[in-house]
Amino acid sequence: MNTLFDKIWDSHVVQVIPDGPTQLYIDRLYAHEVTSPQAFDTLRDKGIKAFRPNQIFAMPDHNTPSDQQEVINDPIGRKQVETLKRNCEEFGIRHFAMGTKDNGIIHVVGPEKGLSLPGMTIVCGDSHTSTHGAVGALAMGIGTSEVAEVLASQCILQSKPKSMRINIEGTLQKGVTAKDVALYIMAKLTTSGATGYAVEYAGSTIRNMSMEGRLTLSNLSIEMGSRAGIIAPDETTFAYLKGREYAPKGADWDKAVAYWKTLKSGDDAVFDKEVDIDAADIKPRITYGTNPGAGIAIDGTIPTFDGLDDAAKAQLESQLKYMQFQPGQKLEGLPVDYCFLGACTNGRIEDFRAFASIVKGKKKAANVVAWLVPGSWLVRQQIIDEGIDKILEEAGFELRLPSCSSCLAMNPDKVPAGKLSISTSNRNFVGRQGPGARTVLASPLVVAASAITGRITDPRTMM
Amino acid sequence: MKQKFNVIKSTCIPIAIDNCNTDLIIPARYLASTTRDPKFFGDAFMHDLRFDGAGNPVKDFVMNKPEFSEPPREGVHEIIVGGQNWGSGSSREHAAWAISGYGVRVVISSSFADIHRNNLLNCFVLPVVVSQQFQQELFDTIAKNPEAVVTVDVPNQTVTNETTGHSEHFDINGYKKHCLMNALDDIDYLLTVQDKTVEYENNRKH
Ligand code: SF4
Repeated sequence: MNTLFDKIWDSHVVQVIPDGPTQLYIDRLYAHEVTSPQAFDTLRDKGIKAFRPNQIFAMPDHNTPSDQQEVINDPIGRKQVETLKRNCEEFGIRHFAMGTKDNGIIHVVGPEKGLSLPGMTIVCGDSHTSTHGAVGALAMGIGTSEVAEVLASQCILQSKPKSMRINIEGTLQKGVTAKDVALYIMAKLTTSGATGYAVEYAGSTIRNMSMEGRLTLSNLSIEMGSRAGIIAPDETTFAYLKGREYAPKGADWDKAVAYWKTLKSGDDAVFDKEVDIDAADIKPRITYGTNPGAGIAIDGTIPTFDGLDDAAKAQLESQLKYMQFQPGQKLEGLPVDYCFLGACTNGRIEDFRAFASIVKGKKKAANVVAWLVPGSWLVRQQIIDEGIDKILEEAGFELRLPSCSSCLAMNPDKVPAGKLSISTSNRNFVGRQGPGARTVLASPLVVAASAITGRITDPRTMM
Repeated sequence: MKQKFNVIKSTCIPIAIDNCNTDLIIPARYLASTTRDPKFFGDAFMHDLRFDGAGNPVKDFVMNKPEFSEPPREGVHEIIVGGQNWGSGSSREHAAWAISGYGVRVVISSSFADIHRNNLLNCFVLPVVVSQQFQQELFDTIAKNPEAVVTVDVPNQTVTNETTGHSEHFDINGYKKHCLMNALDDIDYLLTVQDKTVEYENNRKH
């Protein structure tokens, strides 16, 4: 009780249905091309309009190519992107079209445009909506039926989740990023460890973390089963949001900040579960399996079958079979074929700065294909403004156009079957980056170091 | 598919995969669709485990074994018994459409990912949470006898392994139960309470 989550939840309750869920008011709906077409169809079927179109923003991101954005060659992907545009026109919804400066991955664009603000309820038909929790919002992924519900009524029906606080204390070691923190927590809690909970991240490590880092951490909340990953807004949040396109201005800004300052868990807050993490324990991480929780420190070894029950053994076995790894194997030093920097996890300016800090003055390994894909056109512009593109270019890399890109196999950036990819995205599922593709998840620093040597490489050796 | 729920008595398809994520339930390439055709999604259900790269059935995958390959119809294969943490990963409702499009009406597991669980309910597929012990017993029973029947009694909220006679209670809130038993969806309900939403908007402080 009296948690940050409670405060935002309670202030959005329209009603609690007797022996049923809560009718929750939604401040912001985001829509992308993949999970919205059938929702708009539902509205058309029922002959209804969008209830509060001004609170809804849409943009294509999954199908957009990263090499050129004149045309989508895949007819099915093209149809989805065109359908979104048409639906937005018909229902009066703001649409950030492919190739325009407003476009990008929703979870990058929302916060950087000041569309995602502290205290809001935010939903999108996308599990990584948890990202927006980093600004102090209650942000959750929903299904397409629920997208239709919000279009039609600006509400969803939800049962209140349990609450969990993850306290992270201390200073992160050199070479350790928010991505490593998330991969570490996931390995500790497993991919279902937070199912049924809404997570709040707290502690000195979080307070000292940049906004970009927080967005990365919240982004990955869903990978341990939690729908939301919220962080109390503070001066870092306000400094990040101030002056953003849709953030409040002038007197409205002062009023908003005064309210946002109240958005934190009380000293007497009670959580259903608390987890304590010591930042000093975390090293740069990589995954070895086909779920994001199957991870190790970069200098560690894949677990062996010792002490596993039959079910756990079978699971590890099938994951390693797909990945073509051995139990007990060390992955550091293993040749990689593909390197991907981007996605809603690590497609922000800080991630490109980190990548550039490693590759500066060096050369990309000849044997790797590298995709460097900004999360939005704003990020891309900032990369250019800061001259990072030059550093990348000199090191033999090419900066691509904003897209979900190689995070999932819905656009041309597919990793071929059998190839090993080291990626800053958030999912290493079977076939996620392309049928048969093998994915190792890691931070931008690890991916940068690996892109230089052509092997899985500990970035601390290059810092 | 919207259909009323009451008592379902059926044989099962056992899919004993833990953390069976939504990318497995329906591969990403099927997401690039604008259709709502149940057959399109039903054909994609577990596609990459069911079929090899050339489109031929993978013989040793459970859904292709003769005893489990018959598509669901009344009393047959209307129930999936799934592994733990069923439906983790993406929020894609396509995964629920695939299950419902295939003809399945109930998924039994010891745990479900939250978003997928909601999606199933919204697609009129009932997720039934049982104990791990009960789940394991179901797998064992079906392994011995693929014709084993399981009863899911929605009014009484019980699930019964008819072979062993063991039964468990499952949770579902009164509102959702009413919706399932009467084939009503949330959107219809929300449209009837729009005045409450407007009242909320008018009384907001922040
Ligand atoms: S970058 Fe990846 S995880 Fe993020 S929205 Fe796009 S497809 Fe989903």
